[in-house]
Amino acid sequence: MKHTISVLLQNKPGVLSRVTGLFSGRGFNIESLSVAETLDSTISCLTLVTSGDNAIIEQITKQLHKLIDVIKVTDISESEYVEREMVLIRVKAEASTRAEVLRVIDIFRGKVVDVSPKTYTVELTGSASKIQAVIDILRPIGIKEIVRTGTIAMARAPKK
Amino acid sequence: MEKLKGSIAIIKCLKEEGVKTIFGFPGGAVIDLYDDLYDSDITHVLVRHEQGAVHAADGFARVTGEVGVALLTSGPGATNGVTAIATAYMDSIPLVILTGQVPTPLIGNDAFQEVDIVGITRPCTKHNYLVSKAEDLVPTIREAFHIARTGRPGPVLIDLPKDIVASMVDFDEKKPIRMQNYQPTYEPHMGQIEKACKEILKAKRPVLYVGGGVILSDSNEELTELANKLKIPVTMTLMGLGGFPGRNDLSMGMLGMHGSYTANMAVAKSDLLIAVGARFDDRVTGRVDAFAPHAKIIHIDIDPTSISKNVAVDIPIVADCKHALIAMNNWFTTCGHNLEEVAATHAPWLETIADWTTKHPMAYLNEGEIIKPQYVVEKLDELTNGDAIITTEVGQNQMWAAQFYKFSKPRRLVTSGGLGTMGYGLPAAIGAKMAFPDAMVIDVAGDGSIQMNIQELATAKQYKCPVKICLLNNNYLGMVRQWQELFYDKRYAATVMEVTPDFVALAEAYGAVGLRATKTSEVESVIKEALSIDNVVLMDFRIAREEGVFPMVPAGKATTEMLLV
Ligand SMILES: Cc1ncc(C[n+]2csc(CCOP(=O)(O)OP(=O)(O)O)c2C)c(N)n1
Ligand SMILES: [Mg+2]
Repeated sequence: MKHTISVLLQNKPGVLSRVTGLFSGRGFNIESLSVAETLDSTISCLTLVTSGDNAIIEQITKQLHKLIDVIKVTDISESEYVEREMVLIRVKAEASTRAEVLRVIDIFRGKVVDVSPKTYTVELTGSASKIQAVIDILRPIGIKEIVRTGTIAMARAPKK
Repeated sequence: MEKLKGSIAIIKCLKEEGVKTIFGFPGGAVIDLYDDLYDSDITHVLVRHEQGAVHAADGFARVTGEVGVALLTSGPGATNGVTAIATAYMDSIPLVILTGQVPTPLIGNDAFQEVDIVGITRPCTKHNYLVSKAEDLVPTIREAFHIARTGRPGPVLIDLPKDIVASMVDFDEKKPIRMQNYQPTYEPHMGQIEKACKEILKAKRPVLYVGGGVILSDSNEELTELANKLKIPVTMTLMGLGGFPGRNDLSMGMLGMHGSYTANMAVAKSDLLIAVGARFDDRVTGRVDAFAPHAKIIHIDIDPTSISKNVAVDIPIVADCKHALIAMNNWFTTCGHNLEEVAATHAPWLETIADWTTKHPMAYLNEGEIIKPQYVVEKLDELTNGDAIITTEVGQNQMWAAQFYKFSKPRRLVTSGGLGTMGYGLPAAIGAKMAFPDAMVIDVAGDGSIQMNIQELATAKQYKCPVKICLLNNNYLGMVRQWQELFYDKRYAATVMEVTPDFVALAEAYGAVGLRATKTSEVESVIKEALSIDNVVLMDFRIAREEGVFPMVPAGKATTEMLLV
């Protein structure tokens, strides 16, 4: 099963390689990984999506926690959460397909951020599954290049 | 706030931590530090190879329980230490390794003797640091010692660029270290303790399965109290030997691949396995699904990642073994049950166990004048009352030492368990002897392993460290040969040592004493003589070449599927 794990860590050189080294060394897989500074610039937040049975996920969270530079580990997919990913897609946009591209992008509430005589570069945000859906629809039209940020996620705030 | 030269600050930090002896080897990147060590009262032991320095620091740490310290130069000095760092990491030994590094402006330029040792050792240290700013130097060293010795101990490496060591740094007073992101759990959850104790009261066939955590946390007395009070039989891993007295009737010896028949059978038939500071290593469990198949499992360990890693656990207790065992002993004292009655209910179980031992004792065939290695170890045990510090190399020699020396106390067996590093025993013996000059320190060695760090004979000699080497010389890489004999049609590929030195002459070339025994009747007198000589002694025992280590559980088999003698 897929799990989205959020990790707070010291914003120091080499810390990221401790995390990735742990995953490669112990044979855990990483489906996506995204990391940046938090409000406190000495601390980074890393979101990673991984998969495995309960025993593996338990090991992953414990092993992450064991790293000295890791402050907090939360498996946020254990409760309600929101997740977003952003993608930049450069898609063929010639006379015959331009309108179609714009329509698809509009449906998915994307934006065109760059234009060339033969392509549009499109920005889209959403859950990983929404991003996948856009890609599947645009692929037959002709995707030239694609860059995804990987998932970031946040637990939902308590309702009371 | 004082301003001090970096190297002076490092030495002050070492002294603050109580360090009196360090092991090292110099080079350009650490020459400033050596220059100031020259004037300090810290004893520096100059080894002959950096692997030896880290193993010696490791041996020192294992026998004292203190943090061992090694000092290596940059580049090849640091990489030479890596095997020994990994050795300490696998066995959770507290070390601080100081490595020199090229000056900060040169880092990343492929400078002379530059290597990314922090990158290289990331997976085999508990933590490591590159000190990139002068103001970080002192806090980093203090933090490194704190991390090395607390929680599940381990080696911590500090990479020290030459310019920082030579610069002026701040030296403030040491305050207690509190790290937001590192707070090991020492105290057990009392609810879990109660649950565990209630299971123990119910059990008919309990077994205590004891690992290195008991040694590291110095909880052998608490463990012994628990076992004696409730009459629970005890088995130990290689790392746990000495955690419970080997001569106590409740001791079943070691379990696992080369464990006793009794220990492996007891685990297989038990209804409650109480794992204390052990980690269910594959050499212990054999085929995992056949390990303790009828038992509920209680697991005490300070490292949460050890729990339910290989085997699902029913009652996990994350805590320091000592704290957890004290809590359990207290619970039993105040629980209101008559403990003698509880202990008495284990009588049939203890009888079954005694029967196993009668049928299949730890045995070997002692035939005539061909020296059996087991006999040598038995004699060693007898002539030192099970009270010497025994270091080992790796292979059959290590297993015979573990099987036939009856360790009566903790921190007496110094062996590379997790990594199985050939060449460990001699430098570790030097480290142990530097810590306890009055103790009898003996390296039980194999002819293959001893050659991996034989150069340390010079170190032993130079520092008047009269360690003894008990060489079980079979002229083979015996343990690998045994596997070839049993599982590879006796095809002895690359395990015959076709050329070996004359070890007696070799010892003498180093100024040590060499003794040789080729017949069983000579063994005792050679050992006695070696023990009486105030010098480094190498005893070359020409043993039965094709002797095997038994019982043996073939890799991947259930631990009840033992090959016996
Ligand atoms: C550094 C290293 N290389 C290889 C091995 C694999 N290995 C394990 S035991 C062994 C044989 C050791 O031979 P020896 O020291 O003569 O001991 P014996 O088994 O004969 O007692 C070998 C090669 C190892 N454990 N460590
Ligand atoms: Mg040999």
